[in-house]
Amino acid sequence: MKDDLARLIDWIDAGGMSRRGFLGRASAFGLAAALGSAVLPGQARAEEPKKGGILKIGLGGGESTDALDPGLADGPAAFNVNRQWGDCIIDVSAEKELQPRLAESFDSNEDSTVWTFKIRKGVKFHDGSEMTVDDVVATFKRHSDENAKSGAYGIMQGIKEISGDGENVVFTLSTPNADLPYLLADYHLIVQPKGGVDNPNAGIGTGPYKVKSAEPGVRYVFEKNADDWDATRGHYDGVEFLIINDTTARTAALQSGQVHAINRVDPKVAKLLSRAPGVQVKSVAGPGHYVFIMHCDKAPFDNNDLRLALKYAINRQELVDKILDGFGSVGNDVPINSSYPLFDEALPQREFSLEKAAEHYKKSGHDGSPIELIVADGAFPGAVDAAALFQASATQAGIPLVIKRVPDDGYWSDVWNVKPFCASYWGGRPVQDQMYSTAYLSTADWNDTKFKNAEFDELILAARGETDEAKRKEMYAKATTILWETGGVICPMFNDFVDGVSETIVGWVDDPNLELMNGFISSKTWFA
Amino acid sequence: MAHPVLTLVAQRVALGLLLLLAASVLIFVGTQILPGDVAQAILGQSATPETLANLRQELGLNEPVVSRYFGWLFGVLQGDLGTALSNGQPIAPALGTRLGNTLFLAATAAVIAVPLAVLLGLVSVRYRNRWPDKVISAVTLATISVPEFLLGYIVIFFFAVQYRLLPSLSTVYDGMTMGERLYAIGLPVIVLVLAVLGHMMRMTRAAILNVMQSAYVETAELKGLRPFTIIAKHAFPNAIAPVVNVVMINLAYLVVGVVVVEVVFVYPGMGQYLVDHVAKRDVPVVQACGLVFAGVYIGLNLIADLVSILANPRLRHPK
Repeated sequence: MKDDLARLIDWIDAGGMSRRGFLGRASAFGLAAALGSAVLPGQARAEEPKKGGILKIGLGGGESTDALDPGLADGPAAFNVNRQWGDCIIDVSAEKELQPRLAESFDSNEDSTVWTFKIRKGVKFHDGSEMTVDDVVATFKRHSDENAKSGAYGIMQGIKEISGDGENVVFTLSTPNADLPYLLADYHLIVQPKGGVDNPNAGIGTGPYKVKSAEPGVRYVFEKNADDWDATRGHYDGVEFLIINDTTARTAALQSGQVHAINRVDPKVAKLLSRAPGVQVKSVAGPGHYVFIMHCDKAPFDNNDLRLALKYAINRQELVDKILDGFGSVGNDVPINSSYPLFDEALPQREFSLEKAAEHYKKSGHDGSPIELIVADGAFPGAVDAAALFQASATQAGIPLVIKRVPDDGYWSDVWNVKPFCASYWGGRPVQDQMYSTAYLSTADWNDTKFKNAEFDELILAARGETDEAKRKEMYAKATTILWETGGVICPMFNDFVDGVSETIVGWVDDPNLELMNGFISSKTWFA
Repeated sequence: MAHPVLTLVAQRVALGLLLLLAASVLIFVGTQILPGDVAQAILGQSATPETLANLRQELGLNEPVVSRYFGWLFGVLQGDLGTALSNGQPIAPALGTRLGNTLFLAATAAVIAVPLAVLLGLVSVRYRNRWPDKVISAVTLATISVPEFLLGYIVIFFFAVQYRLLPSLSTVYDGMTMGERLYAIGLPVIVLVLAVLGHMMRMTRAAILNVMQSAYVETAELKGLRPFTIIAKHAFPNAIAPVVNVVMINLAYLVVGVVVVEVVFVYPGMGQYLVDHVAKRDVPVVQACGLVFAGVYIGLNLIADLVSILANPRLRHPK
C-alpha cells in the first residue's frame, strides 16, 4: 500500500479539523463551512473541474425491494441513490465540520433546547416548484411519524416540536442537545416537496442529478439537474448505477472498464485489485466496527474480571491483519475512535496480554466450564474466522472458550441482543452521544451488552446539553473510561470503507463518514 | 369417436392443469410454513404486539388458510397476482419484465445449444469411439462438471477483463436495441450453453446408438447408404422421443435454474427477483414466482410428452 503514510497524515489532519470545527454556534459555523469547502485538500484544490461524461458506478448491497422513499433507505444502494437526487438541510464534511446545505445558517438558544435553521431561498425542486419552509417542516414531520417507518425515526424522537417561522425552521427539543445539527445530517432526512407525504417514492428533490429511471436491484439512471442551486458540484452530464451484488462481478466490472467506481471491495482482493492497471483502491477509516458482546448481567459475564480476561485475551492486531487484511485499525473496547468529534486520545490502548488475561481469569474464580461464543457468517464478514482466532489466543491464556456456529437466518432476532455472548457489528454514528445513546445507556433498546452504570448514564446525558466544548470532552472521556474498564463490549477492530475507483476519476477526497466519499462521489469528482 | 391422438393430447393437457393446481396448493402451503410470521418479518425489530395485530388484520392473516388460498387462487385466475408487501407495488408488471428477460436469455441459449447438441450427438455417433467422439464427450463432460459460477468467472476473466470482447455485466433495460441486448448477454449465453450442452449431447448419442442396433439400420447399411444419411434420416427420427425429453428438462432448467448465472452476470431475471423477496419474506411475490416456475416446468414437460406421442407413427396412424 503505497499511501499508508499519506493516509495516516490525512487522518490526523481530519481529526484536528473536526475538533477545531466543533464550535456550537451558528454564524461561526457558516463561516467555517465556507472556508472548509474552499480549502479542499489534495488534487481538488489544484485543478479546475472538467464538465461532462457519464459516471458509471457498480454498487453492492442493492435489492429489487428497495424503494426511493429516503426514509426507508437501509442499504448502500438506497443510500447512494438518494444522495444523487436529494439534499439534507445540513451535511457533515470529510473534515467532520458542519456544512449548511438547504439551510443557510443555524443557531440555538443558550441551553441548546431550541434550534433555528434559516432556509436557503431560490432553491428549486426537480419538478420546477420552489422549495419553501413548509416543505422542510413537512419533511421532518413525516420522519417523526411512526407510520412513515423512517430510518431517522429514532433521531426525531428527541424533538418535541417542529415549526416554520418566516424564513426559519425551528426545532424545540425535550432535552438539551448540542449535537442536533449532526443528527439532522442523517442521510434519510432529504427534503421533499410537501415533505413527500403524498408520494414518498417520487424521487423529486433538490439534488445535483434528477432521477431518469429507477429499476430497484438492477439499474438507476440520473441526468444532470440544470437548475442546481449549488453550481460548484455535479460535474457529470449524468450518472448511472448498476447494482452488482456479487463481489467478483463487481471487481471484474471495474477492471474491465464497464464502471468507473465500485463500493465494498472485498479486503481479501483489495491488495490485488490495487495492482491492476487503471484502478486505485481507496481505503478510508470510518466509525464502523466489529464486536464481540457480553451481557454484563448474565453469568459468567456478570463478573468484570472475566470480562477483562476475555478483553486481554484477544489479539487485535492479528485480527486486523487476517480478517481485514490490514484495511482497518485496532479497536479499544469502546465503540468510538478518532473519527468522532471530541474523541479522547488519552485513553490507553488495551494490549494483548496472555499474562493479564490469565491473571484476571484466575481472579474471576470461574469454574472452568466452557464459555460459549455464538457466531454466524453474517455477524460481520469473517466473523467465524475471527472467533476461531479469538478462541486460539484465549485457550493459550487458559480460558475455555468454545465457538458455537449458527446460521445467518434468524441471527439478528434469535441471537443478537438475546444470547449472552455473540459476535455483531455496528455501522457507527456521527457523534459520540448518538452511539452511546443507541447502545450503551441503561435505557437503550439496543443495549446489547446490558451495560448498566448510573454514573455513565449521568455523564452522557449531561454532556448532551453541555455547550462548553472542553467540559463536554472531559465528560465523554470519563464516560468512555468507565465503559473501557467495566463494559461488556470487546471491540477488536474498526473496519475501513474500501472502494475501487478508476484512475480516470479526479477529485477524490477520503471521507470518513460513509463509503464513496459519503455518497458524494458524483457531486465532487470529474473525469480527467 | 375422436382421433386417438386428440384424446391423448386432451388427457395430457387436463393432467397438466391438474398438476398446476396441485403445485399451487404446495406453493401456498409451503409459504405458510416458512419459519417466522409474515407480519413479524415485515416489522422486524420495531414489532410490538399491537402493531403486529394491526398488520395481521390488514394483511388478512387472521382468516382461515383455506379461504385465503381460494381468495389468492381466484385472484390469480383473473390475472391478479396481488401486490408486493415490501414496496406496495402490483406484482404482475415487475414480474412480467423479469420473466421476459429470463425467457429471452433462455431462448437465446436454447437456440444455440439445442441444434448444437443434436449435431454434436450425430457427429459422435458417426465417429463413435474414434477421436471426434472422444473429444466431444470429454469437452462437454468437462464443461457440465465445472460449477456454473466458476465457468462464469473464467469467461469473465478471459472475454471481459483480458481481451474486452464482451461485457462482464449483462444488465438489460428498456430502450436497448436487439443487437445491444444480444451483445450484453453474450457471456451468460456462453456459460448456459456450456452448462446444458453435455447432457443433451450425451442423450442424443445414447438414444441414436440404441436405435443403431436395430435390424432396419443394418438393412440401410447393406443397401450402401452413407453413414451420416443413415444416422440422420433413419436412426434419429426414431430417437426423437428420449431426446425431446432431455431437451425440455434442460430448457426448463434454463428458465428456473439460472439464479447463479444471473447473479454473476448481474442479469435482471426471475431468479434474483425471487431470492430478494424470499429474504424479505415477501410472500405474495414468492407465491407468484413459484407459480410461474411451476407453469414453465409443467408446460415444457407437457410439450415433451406431446412431441413423443406425435413422433410415434403407431399413434399418428391408427389402424
